[in-house]
This record gives sequence, structure tokens and C-alpha cells, in this order.
Amino acid sequence: MEKIEAKEVNFHYGDFHALKNISMEIPRNKVVAFIGPSGCGKSTFLRLFNRMNDLVPGARLSGKILIDGKDIYAPDVQVDELRKDVGMVFQRPNPFPKSIFENVAYGLRVNGIKDKEFIAGKVEEALKGAALWNEVKEKLNASAYALSGGQQQRLCIARAMAVSPSVLLMDEPASALDPISTAKIEELICEMRDKVTIVIVTHNMQQASRVSDKTAFFYMGEMIEYDDTKLIFTNPRKEATQNYITGRFG
Amino acid sequence: MDRPTYPEGYSARKRRAQAAAFAVCRILSLLIVLILFAILGFIVIKGAGVISWDFLTKAPSDGMTSGGIFPAIVGTLLLMLGSAVVAFPVGIMSGIYMNEYASKGWVVKFIRLMTNNLSGVPSIVFGLFGMALFVKYLGFGDSILAGSLTLGLLSLPLVIRTTEEALKDIPAGIREGSLALGATKLQTIWKVVLPMGMPRIITGLILSLGRVSGETAPILFTCAAYFFPQLPTSILDQCMALPYHLYVISTSGTDIEAQQPIAYGTALVLIVIVLIINLLAGLLRKHFEKGLS
Repeated sequence: MEKIEAKEVNFHYGDFHALKNISMEIPRNKVVAFIGPSGCGKSTFLRLFNRMNDLVPGARLSGKILIDGKDIYAPDVQVDELRKDVGMVFQRPNPFPKSIFENVAYGLRVNGIKDKEFIAGKVEEALKGAALWNEVKEKLNASAYALSGGQQQRLCIARAMAVSPSVLLMDEPASALDPISTAKIEELICEMRDKVTIVIVTHNMQQASRVSDKTAFFYMGEMIEYDDTKLIFTNPRKEATQNYITGRFG
Repeated sequence: MDRPTYPEGYSARKRRAQAAAFAVCRILSLLIVLILFAILGFIVIKGAGVISWDFLTKAPSDGMTSGGIFPAIVGTLLLMLGSAVVAFPVGIMSGIYMNEYASKGWVVKFIRLMTNNLSGVPSIVFGLFGMALFVKYLGFGDSILAGSLTLGLLSLPLVIRTTEEALKDIPAGIREGSLALGATKLQTIWKVVLPMGMPRIITGLILSLGRVSGETAPILFTCAAYFFPQLPTSILDQCMALPYHLYVISTSGTDIEAQQPIAYGTALVLIVIVLIINLLAGLLRKHFEKGLS
């Protein structure tokens, strides 16, 4: 069974048909990149996997999204349980106005974990996993706002990973960062792939080709092509994909 | 296309216009500061003479022509506390509801419209309403309870509005970050949104306290005593209050000439209380902001 399956997904914002009949399968413990021009629906699609679009008024979804074979929009699914298993990293680093430690511990605390030693252990593990530990271990009680943008984003990755999700959604996680920070985030993605299934939305085609196993190209709400990243970037089957990756539009 | 021909001397003209506009703004700002200092100075000069330990700690005596204003100070502080107990929880929770929970439809618009209308109601009307509802209908009589409830109602719109505005400015990304970790909406509000909004909410609360401390009309029919030299022992007692005391000894005292210094002294104490509260508010806000940055 594939980790994530989307079946004939259609999504509307009011009258706007944002996603048109998308079906795809995302294999377990792989990195899948969504590319495409702004407004093509790739972020909207990503946000369906942890039901972040539930918050959008006037949104309508048809079709099915299965994670581990289970329909995540079924009425018996508790959305907070789902999000515990499907973590997310956003475009802009969004640390909480709390200490570095409390940022990482937050996900555990809001899910009822009280054991202080366990939390401390998890925080350390997550910060090490996000290659941030050495930079912050002396100042875990300092405000997360004192970190640089790149560090904040790695903190947000640690925060998401501390809950031990099986899927990590990344919505243009490096687009607000400088090249060095971006490289660090990409390294992290490569290191985390054996622990989680990663779906990453990116504007940066080099990034998609560097980090992902499979790539899906979206255009005007449709998924034009989805294949092994190597093939998409060397030998795309559709002309639109070819045009986009060679920079002729988008 | 031709290059545009820029008018001669325009650049110098627009810089002169800017300099003139800023000069006017600066002068007007200074004028406001000047007026404020004039008022404060006037009160201090007229009132400082009567300020003494006895004035602050003793009850009025000799038909309020001598003695102190201690019961009025205590009364004002009690009314501020009482109105805070009434307005803060209700107002903050309403603000949270309107910004975080209510769907952005006509219900919120209607509540907001009503809140705005409420803040435009003259305070004497609050006084009348408080008398009808709390004093008469609910039978609290002229009391600290009735006065606090009336003042609480008066400050509700301000508390609701500032809470709502404070929460509105918190970026959606922060909320999403919390929800994406499996937090519920309530946890998100309680652990992330409220702490972030706290500095501004507190500013609103303090402003409302400042307003309450100076209101006379709402307590006129609901609480304030002309002369009540002992301290209240229950919330069903009447009490004296600084603004009302000021009003009384300036308009219907036994010997208005002799009472004039006392009136200025009372005004000075009232202003100092408000200043102290604003100062505390600033410190409190700094404290919360420090927790955030």
C-alpha cells in the first residue's frame, strides 16, 4: 500500500476550481516534489494532506485522500490526531513567541505528554535531527525570535519532527531563506527521508531535482505529469513540463 | 519615446512643501504637549498645597471643608477593581469569540456594530440604565456592586474592541503552525495567540481602567455617596469616589470657597492614580513583550 493516495481530487474555493481531478500515489519514505507556477494549485493540494484547508471558508472537496489506506476526510477522523501524524513546515518560519526549548516541546505538550525527561530527550533528538543542536544547546531558554531566519526554519522542522510524524509536508520551506540556509534545509530533507515521507512544494526546480525521488508538475489546477524526478528533468513526456523546467514560462 | 522634460525647480519646491508640512505637524504636536502640561501644572500648583499624609489617609471632616479624602480614594480603587472583575473576563472572552471562533458572517458584524454603538452611549445613560437594572430591578441598591457593574458595562466595548484588534494582528501563520502540530483551536488560542496579544490587550484594559476611574455619571445614581466617611465593609455598601467627590465639593458643598483647595487636591490625586496605572501598564506591557522577543 502506498503511503498517500489521492483519488480524483477536485477542490473549489467558492466558484474557483483550484484542483482538477487529481489522482496520484506517494510512496512511503520517499521525497516527492510538487512544482509549477504560482497559483497552479500545488500548495492547495499539499494542504489537503493535513486538512489545513478545512479552515478556508467556502472550500469544497470531492474525491478521496488516503493515508496508510485510511480516508483522512472520513467523518470519524479527528483532525488533531491526523495532524499529529502529518507534520507541516511552512513557507515563512513561524516559531512561537516562546523559548527554543518550548517551541520544540510544544507539539508534545499539546498532545498530552507531561514526562519532563522524555520531553527533554525528544527536544534534543529533534534539534539534533534538524542540525540545530550545536548552535542552540547553550541557549535553549532563549527566545526563538533571537535566531536567524534559517535557524528559525530548522527550529520549525525540529518542532514538526519532535511529534514523530510519518509524513512531513513542506510548503516552499526555503523560499524565504538565503542560499546557505537553503542548502542546510535540503541536506536535512535528504537525511530525514528514511524516517518520514516528505512532500515538498517548491518554486525552485534545482531544489526539486536535488532533493526529490519523484516530481509532480502542476499547471492551472491540473497535475500535468508525475514521474521519477530524473525522468521529469531529463525526459519529460509533456510539452508543458518541458517548457516549464526549461524556463520558457512560469 | 522622448525623455520627459522635468519642470524647473520642482524638486526644490517639493522639498520646501515637505519641510513646511512637517513643521506644522511638529508645532501642533508640541502644542498638545504644552496644553497637557498646562493642565497638569495648573492642577499641581492649585492642589499640591493641600496634599499631606492626613489628606491621603483621613476622612473629610467639618462638613467636608477640612480633613482628607481617604474614603474617596478607597472607593475609586474599589470601583476600578470591581469594574475590572466585571469587564475583563467578559470583554476578553467576547473579543476572543469574535476574532477566533465566530464565522465571519453577519453575527460578528452585528455584534461589532452593537459594540460600537454601546461605546457611543453617553455615560449618564449607562448611569440611568444601571440604576434601573442593578439598583432597582435586581435590588442591589446604591452599592459598590451596582456601581461596578455599571462601570463594567461602560468599559466593555473598549475591552472587546482592543482584544479583537490585538488578536486580529497576529499572523495566521502562527495559528497554522500550532494547529499543524495537532493542537486544538482552544490550545492554540490559550498557549500562542493570547500570549502574543497580551501586550496590546493589557493596554486596552488599562485604558479602560483609566476611563472608569474618572467617570462620574455612571456612579451618580448607582453607587456614589455624597458623604460616607467610614470605609465600606461589603460590596452592598455605598462608597465615595474621587470624581464624584470633586463634583460635589465644587458644586454643592457647604462652603465652596473653603473647599476649593480640597477640590484641586482631589483632582491631583485622581490624576496621579491614573498616571500610576498607566505607568504600571507600561511596565506590564514591557514585561510581556520581553517574554515575546
